[in-house]
Amino acid sequence: MALIKCENLSLGYEGRAIIENLNFEVNSGNYLCIVGENGSGKSTLIKTLLGLQNPISGKITKGDGLLKNEIGYLPQQTVVQKDFPASVREVVLSGCQGRLGLRPFYSYEDKALAARNMEKMGITQLSGRCYRELSGGQQQRVLLARALCATRKVILLDEPVSGLDPKVTAEMYSLIENLNKNEGITVITVSHDIAAALKYADHILHIGKDVFFGTKDEYVSGGHAEYFAKEGGDGV
Amino acid sequence: MSAVLTKLVEYFQFPFVRYALIAGTLIAFCSSLLGVTLVLRRFSFIGDGLSHVAFGAMAVSAVVGLTNDMPLTLAITVICAILLLRTGQSTKINGDAAVAMISVGALAIGYLLMNLFSKSSNLSGDVCTTLFGSTSILTLSKFEVVLCIVLSAVVAAAFILFYNRVFAVTFDENFAASAGTRTGASNTAIAIIVAVVIVLAMNLVGSLLISALIIFPALSAMRLFKSFRSVTVCSAILSVSCSVSGILISILGGTPVGSTIVAVDIAVFAMFHIISLIKGGRK
Repeated sequence: MALIKCENLSLGYEGRAIIENLNFEVNSGNYLCIVGENGSGKSTLIKTLLGLQNPISGKITKGDGLLKNEIGYLPQQTVVQKDFPASVREVVLSGCQGRLGLRPFYSYEDKALAARNMEKMGITQLSGRCYRELSGGQQQRVLLARALCATRKVILLDEPVSGLDPKVTAEMYSLIENLNKNEGITVITVSHDIAAALKYADHILHIGKDVFFGTKDEYVSGGHAEYFAKEGGDGV
Repeated sequence: MSAVLTKLVEYFQFPFVRYALIAGTLIAFCSSLLGVTLVLRRFSFIGDGLSHVAFGAMAVSAVVGLTNDMPLTLAITVICAILLLRTGQSTKINGDAAVAMISVGALAIGYLLMNLFSKSSNLSGDVCTTLFGSTSILTLSKFEVVLCIVLSAVVAAAFILFYNRVFAVTFDENFAASAGTRTGASNTAIAIIVAVVIVLAMNLVGSLLISALIIFPALSAMRLFKSFRSVTVCSAILSVSCSVSGILISILGGTPVGSTIVAVDIAVFAMFHIISLIKGGRK
């Protein structure tokens, strides 16, 4: 059974559809890259997958014991976060908020989980530092560690490398690849970067005027990659 | 020194001085707790905005002829606070613009209504007292002090119990929602507490002071401290100590209480800012 399966999905705001008849599925261990031009509805799709917004029609089925709020989300940074006084430990620990239930405070296990995920992301030595004083790459690692606290199965990354320099971008991608290959975490990433999508992902969902869903090899052999590159994709 | 002490002891014989100290400290404590999240959410001016709303509401209840305007004022202010805060980071109109709109709008409508329908002869006097705190901090009754104590206890308890959720929703609302935190409910709860604190504090200490109490301690603490917890704790301590020293100075110097507290807050902010510059320079 698929981890996440979307059937005949129509998405949009206030009844106006941006995407119609979207069909795709994500299985455990997949690395799916969602690509598309600005305004093609990538953000709307993310919000719908996370359950922050309802689809206009169609349905999303979750399988393999994936709970409602068990997608680890790495959002794009907000303006508020730029001058927010928060230590790295506080930010990562806030990833455990879904486990709180009715408890007001984090338990010992929550703190241990946060510590393990900081270790995994190589940011243990930063745990007392202030989030706003970190470099862009370090901030993304902190947010990734937070996302990992919220899930054991699947992470959803919204433009994980935007604003990072090439070296840090490569590090970020290999970190994500490692999570996918060695930790068995399903990765869904949204990106402009078609080159990186072709390098790391095993499935591609392209949304926009023409919708494509399939494996990376089908995407390449079908000539979609070149077509979309010509049409003004940022990568390749 | 002993002369100062004698004078203080003498003044503390009066119940209204003790009441002022208790109420001032508690309101300073509550507003500093809320101040951190409000400043970070770009709602620094909400104290001012909501007090204008309360002014408009008072005008409406005066026109309608209500003898006790408190329930209506509180209700309208709570609704406005919810409208402002519950939409959170996903509004079409930014926080500061929304606050400005509601604040100016309520002020204009309130003044218009008062002008059209007022039976009072001293209109400008009424307006002035309503805006800058009709009952000043030195004329509190015992009931108001008790109310203040109960309210502060409730706010402090709620803040401690919801501390982790307040942090989560303030830092990243989208992530919080994706992780299953009920952000709408959290924002509404925060809005209600803010509105109640502001309406009560406005009657007790005036709207000028309440705005300052929300903004200054939080901003001062953010100069020096790097984690949410330390900023919150520091801001509470700062706010309480500034209020206490402000009240004591005003007793000794015979200065107006509210503006003295604000002056102390400004001095502390300047001090913290300079310290942070010196520390930043050494790094």
